[in-house]
Amino acid sequence: MAGSNWLPRWFYQLASPRWCYDITGKLLPGFLIAAVLLLVAGLVWALAFAPPDYQQGNSFRIMYIHVPSAILAQSCYMLMAIAGAVGLIWKIKVADMVAFACAPIGASIAVMALATGAIWGKPTWGSWWVWDARLTSMLILLFLYMGVMALYAAMDNETTAAKAASVLSLVGLVNIPIIKYSVEWWNTLHQPATFTLTEKPAMPVEMWLPLLVMVLGFYCFFGVSLMLRLRNEIIRRERRSGWVRELITSR
Amino acid sequence: MAELCTNSAEISLGQLFSAVLKRDLLLSFRRKSDLVNPLIFFLMVATLFPLGVSPEPTFLADVAPGVVWVAALLATLLSLDGIFRSDYDDGTLEQVILSPQPLMVVCLAKVMAHWMTTGLPLALMSPLLGVMLFLPMSAMFGLVVSLLIGTFVLSLIGAIGAGLTVGLKRGGVLISLLVLPLYIPVLIFGSGAVQAAVAGLPLAGYLALLGAMLALGIVLAPLAISAAVRISVTG
Repeated sequence: MAGSNWLPRWFYQLASPRWCYDITGKLLPGFLIAAVLLLVAGLVWALAFAPPDYQQGNSFRIMYIHVPSAILAQSCYMLMAIAGAVGLIWKIKVADMVAFACAPIGASIAVMALATGAIWGKPTWGSWWVWDARLTSMLILLFLYMGVMALYAAMDNETTAAKAASVLSLVGLVNIPIIKYSVEWWNTLHQPATFTLTEKPAMPVEMWLPLLVMVLGFYCFFGVSLMLRLRNEIIRRERRSGWVRELITSR
Repeated sequence: MAELCTNSAEISLGQLFSAVLKRDLLLSFRRKSDLVNPLIFFLMVATLFPLGVSPEPTFLADVAPGVVWVAALLATLLSLDGIFRSDYDDGTLEQVILSPQPLMVVCLAKVMAHWMTTGLPLALMSPLLGVMLFLPMSAMFGLVVSLLIGTFVLSLIGAIGAGLTVGLKRGGVLISLLVLPLYIPVLIFGSGAVQAAVAGLPLAGYLALLGAMLALGIVLAPLAISAAVRISVTG
């Protein structure tokens, strides 16, 4: 590693539980403030000031919860799988803990995406649920999260559990492109993607700008809850090490 | 295990594959009940539907593709635990991992043996269930071919779950939780093929998709299976 200085020092330090605890401790307040500001601003903007949809009226406003949570549920899965791969390949303990912390957060966000989708579907499509490709693949995502969590729960040895769950989440990664392209491959009821990197959104600016704020807010919120869980997990797994004892006695 | 225990790395991959395949087939033919049980289960699940839902021939013909496929999926699921269980219990799996042979090839051969003892007979028996459920004769070809390809994919995916849970005492329900979400796409295209056959539509698209899953599975699943087995045995 002597020759490659292109990665900053703190990036390597993240691999050590102790430094990771310190760094996330410093980042946490910033993310918390950003999450609260973005979510409050985004919600007020979306619910009170964004113009109503010409077809759906005000019912479309649930999109401002539904779309960010759907995006985040997939990002969280990718993070879980990537962290699992990092843990498998480089045997970094912190990566295992990140993957472990991602699973319950991702599962609850996937539930939120499905629930808001159902509530939105009732007035728009006339039914709570349709067996459409996008909905089914999201449901599979939730099942995959549950499988990973069940695997963690079934194994007593933390290292083995982390490796096994990483393999499972890497296998489940095939579902992510299916979710992403389900609305393009199958011509179904669910509308196409709201945001793409290459094209302008089909919505007017005053509608998608609050959505962007909400998406960013959700990511910040995810950062906060991930860091909180990660810090708990670090303390729990490193409870026998000296620095944790010092930390606890100094409180 | 005589063929595998040689410490020389000179045995070719083909020889290794056929040695493991032969051994696993021999072992399962010695325990006939393990061979027959999934088939009886398959038959019984298909019997539940006319009795539990409706014996109406038109209704049964409508649901037959899905019922046969779900029954085959569940029968495969129940037999998964056996892929590695006895080898894990008597320590053979540990010896295989310690041997200089690539674990991936051994795993692929074991999956192949599992498919030949569950998926293949299930597919061959499916026309009987088709008749029981009033599936039109024109759809039988689609049913058998889709099950032939599909059950191999199910065995490949299922072996990943079997490998992950082989070290656990209570792996039974867990393996279903891990594997079922990954089975859903196979089920969708498999029963889709049969439904297309019932409606007289071309099957090629569905079978091509199942074949693509099989190709992807044969290439990638052994990697995941061997990683899973290694984790379970060393952990």
